[in-house]
Amino acid sequence: MNTIDYTQVEEAARELYIRALKLLPDDIKEGFQQLQGMETSERARGILGTMVTNIRVAEENQNLLCQDTGIPIYNVFIGRNVAVDGWRLKQAIAKGCERATREHPLRSSVVHPISRKNNHTSCGPGVPVIHVDFVEDPDTLEIEMIPKGSGSENNSFLRMAIPAEGLAAVKRFVIDCVINAGGRTCPPTIVGVGVGGTSDLCVHLAKKAATRPLGSACEDPLGAELERELSQAVNKLGVGPQGLGGDATSFAVHVELAATHITMNPVAVNMQCHSARRARASLGNGGIEYGF
Amino acid sequence: MAHYDLTMPITEEQVRALRVGDTVTLQQTLYGIRDATYIAMFDHQRKTRFDLNGHAVIHTAPNVRKVPVSEEYPAGYQSVCIGTTTSSRMERFTRQLIEQYGVRIIIGKGGMHEGSKQAFKDLGGVYLGIVGGTAALETTWIEQIEDVDLDDLNPESLWKFRIRDFGPLLVAMDSHGNSLYDEVNSEVQSRRDAVLASLGAN
Repeated sequence: MNTIDYTQVEEAARELYIRALKLLPDDIKEGFQQLQGMETSERARGILGTMVTNIRVAEENQNLLCQDTGIPIYNVFIGRNVAVDGWRLKQAIAKGCERATREHPLRSSVVHPISRKNNHTSCGPGVPVIHVDFVEDPDTLEIEMIPKGSGSENNSFLRMAIPAEGLAAVKRFVIDCVINAGGRTCPPTIVGVGVGGTSDLCVHLAKKAATRPLGSACEDPLGAELERELSQAVNKLGVGPQGLGGDATSFAVHVELAATHITMNPVAVNMQCHSARRARASLGNGGIEYGF
Repeated sequence: MAHYDLTMPITEEQVRALRVGDTVTLQQTLYGIRDATYIAMFDHQRKTRFDLNGHAVIHTAPNVRKVPVSEEYPAGYQSVCIGTTTSSRMERFTRQLIEQYGVRIIIGKGGMHEGSKQAFKDLGGVYLGIVGGTAALETTWIEQIEDVDLDDLNPESLWKFRIRDFGPLLVAMDSHGNSLYDEVNSEVQSRRDAVLASLGAN
């Protein structure tokens, strides 16, 4: 069994937050190229051009892509041959997140939900959000970091549809969520759709879908078919970049699904803005490897 | 579609000359404001010592570094990254901001709604759309954090920025009852049924 160096976990958690805020993954950059190629509105092309310029300026100046440092989310994937003290792991991630905020410095966008007090650490009750999953990969501990911006997160929706409404209810809900969100989500977006499960699982699936790399597909063939259909449909609505009209409303619609109850037909939508930031670190073999 | 280069502050006449589709570049001074600042000023009646008359505000809360006060950093803050947040949440404060403080320009992303549109028309104001999520670029248009007020709300303080060539920004709502967001929305609504039909979901 491989053991974990928790100083490295803390270092990775710190570095991942900063990297995610500054470097956009290649799949998102390619997504911009595709949208620029298909966009027919002159104003929309201008807006997409400004977004692409911003990616370059952020890299040149080593600055943050967006001022919204988001709610920090860490997704941890533990391989089979990795021995982990889960409690220490969570402590190390929170410490790294706090250090990134203080040492860079970053704007802490996190407040207590009732007092609205900001500790200027990007941490608080239940935050950073840490999800742990177990995977087959035997040697490494993988940490994915997602700073989830609020413009897109404020447009998150759940509907507990019923079986009699069928798949049409799911499709209609997604289309209406995209229409109602308009420019508030900072389009072009990745529209994440959760289908099935319980209410909480459904919302979680929507988030997972919204933060999946572009070019990836739902593992379930029916889910993959649904996301292909919806991806085409949303870009016929005319919302456009920043909600100011055009073809490029979304990079893609992603679907994640889970089995559900015979009486239920839940659908959730969570969106990711055009600054679709994420970073990944692989810990093992004595070092930290960074990527997306 | 004209382009305007405006040195802040401006007059009502200047703001009423702007029409949707025009573009604007701002010079000199810009104030940063957002949720908690508005709530403090209008729900808790806290006053600012800044004179916002004729000025522009941007919906923002910046990333800053605290530094010793100096000529370069008169407010004791160095700018790290300054960008724009979603305006829709601040909708209910627009009329009071113009009426009580004389603000002429609101800069934000995603657009504002009916109440703001009416306030712009009645009192003389505009909404300038910036490209949201492009803060690295916007930061290069800000020369200095000149001053800060209501700083217990940090990062949602009331910020005074010295700016240079801030823009171009798009006039998305003007003082004549026009809104690009309304135009886009009615176009989108007209396409909805056909899109749903193509999905077999009408």
